[in-house]
Amino acid sequence: MQENKIFGINGPVVTVLGRTDLSMSEMVYVGEKGLIGEVIRLDKDKAVIQVYEETSGLRPGEPVKSTGQPMSVTLGPGILDNIFDGIENPLEAIAGTAGAFIPKGVRPAPLDEEKLWDVTVTAKAGDTLSAGDVYATCPETQVITHKIMVPPDVSGKVIEAKPDGKYKVNDTVLVIETDSGEKKKLTLCHKWPIRTPRPILERKLPTKPLITGQRSIDTLFPIAKGGAAAVPGGFGAGKTVVQHQLAKWCDADIIIYIGCGERGNEMTQVLNEFKEIIDPQTGKPLTNRTTLIANTSNMPVAAREASIYTGVTIAEYYRDMGYHTAMMADSTSRWAEALREISGRLEEMPADEGFPAYLPSRLSEFYERAGYAENLNGTEGSVSIVGAVSPQGADFSEPVTQNTKRFIRCFWALDKSLAYARHYPAINWNDSYSEYISDLSTWYTENVGEDFAACRNEVCTILAEEKNLMEIVKLIGSDVLPDDQKLIIETARVIRVGFLQQNALIDIDTYVTLSKQLKMMQTILLLHHLAKELVTKQIPLSKITATGVFDKLIQMKNNIPNDRLEMFDDYTQQIKAALATVEA
Amino acid sequence: MIIEYSGLKEINGSLVVLDNIKDAAYDEMVEIRLDNGSSRTGRVVQIDGERVVVQVFEGTKGISLVNTQTRFTGHPIELSLAPEILGRVFDGLGRPADGLGEVYPKEKRDVNSSPINPVSRVYPKNYINTGISAIDALTTLIRGQKLPIFSGSGMKHNELAVQIVKQASVADGEDFAVVFAAMGVKNDVADYFKRSFEKANVMDKVVMFLNHSNDPIVERIMTPRCALTAAEYLAFELGMNILVILTDMTSYAEALREFSSSKGEIPARKGFPGYLYSDFASLYERAGIIKGKKGSVTQIPILTMPNDDINHPIPDLTGYITEGQIVLDRSLDAKGIYPPVGILSSLSRLMKDGVGAGYTREDHSKLSDQLFSCYAKVQDAKSLASVIGEDELSPADKRILEFGKRFEKEFISQTQSENRTIIQTLDLGWELLRMLPREDLDRLDDKTVEKYYYQK
Repeated sequence: MQENKIFGINGPVVTVLGRTDLSMSEMVYVGEKGLIGEVIRLDKDKAVIQVYEETSGLRPGEPVKSTGQPMSVTLGPGILDNIFDGIENPLEAIAGTAGAFIPKGVRPAPLDEEKLWDVTVTAKAGDTLSAGDVYATCPETQVITHKIMVPPDVSGKVIEAKPDGKYKVNDTVLVIETDSGEKKKLTLCHKWPIRTPRPILERKLPTKPLITGQRSIDTLFPIAKGGAAAVPGGFGAGKTVVQHQLAKWCDADIIIYIGCGERGNEMTQVLNEFKEIIDPQTGKPLTNRTTLIANTSNMPVAAREASIYTGVTIAEYYRDMGYHTAMMADSTSRWAEALREISGRLEEMPADEGFPAYLPSRLSEFYERAGYAENLNGTEGSVSIVGAVSPQGADFSEPVTQNTKRFIRCFWALDKSLAYARHYPAINWNDSYSEYISDLSTWYTENVGEDFAACRNEVCTILAEEKNLMEIVKLIGSDVLPDDQKLIIETARVIRVGFLQQNALIDIDTYVTLSKQLKMMQTILLLHHLAKELVTKQIPLSKITATGVFDKLIQMKNNIPNDRLEMFDDYTQQIKAALATVEA
Repeated sequence: MIIEYSGLKEINGSLVVLDNIKDAAYDEMVEIRLDNGSSRTGRVVQIDGERVVVQVFEGTKGISLVNTQTRFTGHPIELSLAPEILGRVFDGLGRPADGLGEVYPKEKRDVNSSPINPVSRVYPKNYINTGISAIDALTTLIRGQKLPIFSGSGMKHNELAVQIVKQASVADGEDFAVVFAAMGVKNDVADYFKRSFEKANVMDKVVMFLNHSNDPIVERIMTPRCALTAAEYLAFELGMNILVILTDMTSYAEALREFSSSKGEIPARKGFPGYLYSDFASLYERAGIIKGKKGSVTQIPILTMPNDDINHPIPDLTGYITEGQIVLDRSLDAKGIYPPVGILSSLSRLMKDGVGAGYTREDHSKLSDQLFSCYAKVQDAKSLASVIGEDELSPADKRILEFGKRFEKEFISQTQSENRTIIQTLDLGWELLRMLPREDLDRLDDKTVEKYYYQK
C-alpha cells in the first residue's frame, strides 16, 4: 500500500497528492505528531484534509495515516461530570499532564480507562439481544444510572456474560454471536460517527414542555421536550445568560453544554457554577448530570466545526437510554463561521456573505437531530436543542439567523434596546414566537391550570395593544390618551417589569414554578379587570395609580417564594381594598 | 545543516514565492538576506509541495527575484524574554528600538502561544478601581478581563486609557506593569503615551511595542502577538499584574485584510477575511488568570469604529469575543463631557460577579441597574422632547430629563486627573437618584431604598 504524504498546507487544511485509499469523512492522523484530521474532499489527484489541531510546524512529506473509520466519539460511562474539547479530548486530563496551556498532539483517551465502574450485567448467556438493548448498567454519577446498550449496528445471541462486578470501560463484559456467526466482544463503551444520527424506532410528536422556570419562555414562548429553539442576539443582549439559565434550571435529565467558539472565561464560569449549584430535582450538584464541551474561540477552528456534532451525538446516546436530554450550543454562528473559514480555504464558490452554499443543509441536518423519540429498545427519550445565534451587527437578516429560522420552531429574539435598558431576559415579545404552543396546550391545561392559555392570550393581547399605543405616545406623549388606553399602558408596564423581567442573580426570582407564573398572571389580570371597571365608571386612572397597587404588583416576584403561593391571596385582598377606597 | 536558497520565483505585495524548497515547515520563521547586506524576516504562510509562500514583514521594497538568499530557521517567530524587558521599547516585531542593545534572553517563546485550557482558568472576580465613575459604577473593570474601548477618530480614547493606567496602577503598587502595543498609530500618539507614562513615573514598569503608521503594514500583524507574549511571560512567569493596551485594533484588522487579499483569499464582510473572528480571538483570549499562578493579564484594546458604526465588522466581532465594551459617544464628546462614555451601549460582562458586598459595596449592582434604567428613560424623554418640545412634556418626563442632564454633567463627567473612590462614586449615584420620586425607581427593593435612598 502506498504511503500517504503531506503535500500542501494552508491553515487547518492539508492536501495529499495522488490517488489515495482515503475515504470521505475518514479520520486520519496527520504528520509526525499525529494530529487528528478528517478527509473532507477527494479529487481525482488529491485528497483534502481538515486538521483539528494547530498545524504550525508541519512539513510536506510527513505521513498521513488512515484509520479506516469516520470521525467518531467514544460513548460510555465517564462522559458526565466531565469537560471535553470539540473532538472529545478530555480537558481535565490534558491539564493534568500538560499544564495550563493546551499543546498539540497530546491526546489522552476520551474516557478514563483506569476507573473501575460498579457494573450490573443484566443480560445472560442465551439471551437474544437486538440493537439498542441494555445489557449492563452502572451508576455513572450520584444521580444518573448509565445504561450500556448494544451498539445500533450489532445484534445477536449472548454466548458469554461476565458476572456483576467492577470493570474498566474497555473490559469485555459480554460476548455476542451475530446472525452471520461472527463473535463480537462488547465492552462498556462503543464508538459512533459524529455526523451520523443514531437510529431510533419512531419520531413522536413533542407534547410535553421543557420547563425552564423562566417566565418569558414557559409562559409566552414555551419549548417542547424534543424541540429546537434559537436564541439570536447581538453582543451584550444576554444570549449566554439565557443559555446558562436554561442549563441550570430546565427539567431535562441530562444537560450537554457546548461552548462553541466562545469565551474561555465563560466556560470557566459554567464549570464553577455547575459545581456549586444544587440541583432542585436531585439535591446534588448539577455537574452530576451535565457534560461540557468547550471549544473556545482561540482553540482550533476545525474542532469548533466538529464540536456541535460531538455534542449532539452524546445527547442522542443518553436519549437512547431513555433520558430527556437538552443541549445548549453557544454559539451556532461561530460554528457557521468555522464552516465558512474552511470553505474559503478550499476555494469553494461562496454564497451569501461568504458562507458556503451548503450552510442551510448543514443547519437542517443538525437541528433535525432534535426530537422526541421512541428508541430502539422501546424506551422514550428526547433531545432538545437550544442554539444561540450571534448575528453580525445584530442584524437578523443575515444568513445564519435566516436559515436557522427555517429549521427551528421556537424563536427567542433578544433585543439590544431591551438589554440597554437592562431588561433581562431581553426576549422581545413582539419578534419572538413558539410554534409549540398548540402542541403543548393540552399539557398546560391538565397540569397547570384550566385558565393558563386564556391568561397567556390576554397578556399577549395587552402587550400587543401597548405596542400600538406606544407609537402614538412616542409622537404626542401619553397625556392625551383616554384613561382606558392609559390603563393598557399601565398594565403592560406591570407585565413588562413585574412579570417578563426576571433577575437571574436573585435566588427567589431565578427559577419560578409554573403555578407561581400562573398566579402572577392571574393577579395582574385581576387588577387590570377591576381597574377597567372603575375606569368605565369614569373614575380617573390617576386616582387608582396613586394608591400604588400597580407598583406593589411589580414587587410580587421578589416577595413571594415558589412554595408560599398562598401569599398571593394577600395581594388579591390588597388590590380589592385599594380599589374599594378609590371607588368610595 | 541549514540550506540557503538563492533567488525567488514571484513577488506579490508582501508575499514572496519560492520554488524547489525541500524542507519548509508551516508557520516557521524565514530570514531573507539581500545582496546589499540588509536582512528581512518572514513567515511561511502556505506550502504546496515544493512551492512555498512567505510573508515578509518589512515589506518587499528593494527585493528582486535574484538578489536574495533565503534561510529557513526551523522554528516559529520567537520573542526573547527576560525581566529586563521592563522599561524597554521594541519595534513591531519585538526588536529593540531604543538603542539600548539586545535583550539577553532568559527564555524564548513562540509568539503565537497556545490556547489556555478552560479548566485551568480562574474566573476573574477582582475589581480594579479606575477612579472613573462611569467605569467603576457601571462598566466595572475586573482583573483578567478584556474590556475594549470602542471609539471614533478624534475622541479622547487615548486620554481615557492613560487615565485608567495611571489610576489603576496606584492601587496595585509593586506587582504592576503595563504592556503597550501600538499598531499603526501616529508617531504623536505613541509619543503621547510615552510622555504620559514618564510623567506618571511608571516608565520603568512599561514595555512598549511600537509599529507606527508609517512602519511596514505586515509587521503590524505580529505586534500584538509579541506584546501578549511579553505580557504572558511577565504575568505567569514573574507573577505580575499586567495591563495590556492594544491600539489601534482597526489598523491591525486592516493590515490583516491587506495580507489576506494579496494572498487571494475569499473575503467575507467588507473585504475582511473569513477568519477575522478566529484571528481576533487568538489575541483577545490571551487575557486571563491561571490557576496556581500569581499574575494576571488584563486587556484594554482600543479601536476606532470606522464612521462611528458599531456594526462594522471590527467592533462587531470584537464585542462578541471581549467581555463587554466601553463605547465612547460622539454627542457626549461634542458637549464637552469627558470621558464621553455612552453608558447604555457600554457593558462589562464580568461585573455581576465582581461587585457587591465583599468587593465594592452591597448596593452597587442594584444602584447601577437603576441608573441604567433611568438613563434609558432619559433617552425616551429626549426623543419625545425633540418632537413636541420640552415645554409640552409631562412633569414626570421633565423630571427625568433634568436627571439626565445632571447625570451627564456630574456623574459621567470628571477631569483627567480626578480619581474618585468607589464610595464617592456610589454616593454620587444615590444623590442623583434622590432627584426622582420613589415610584420612578422600579429596580430597587424596599430594603435598599430604605438604607440608601431615604438616608442622607
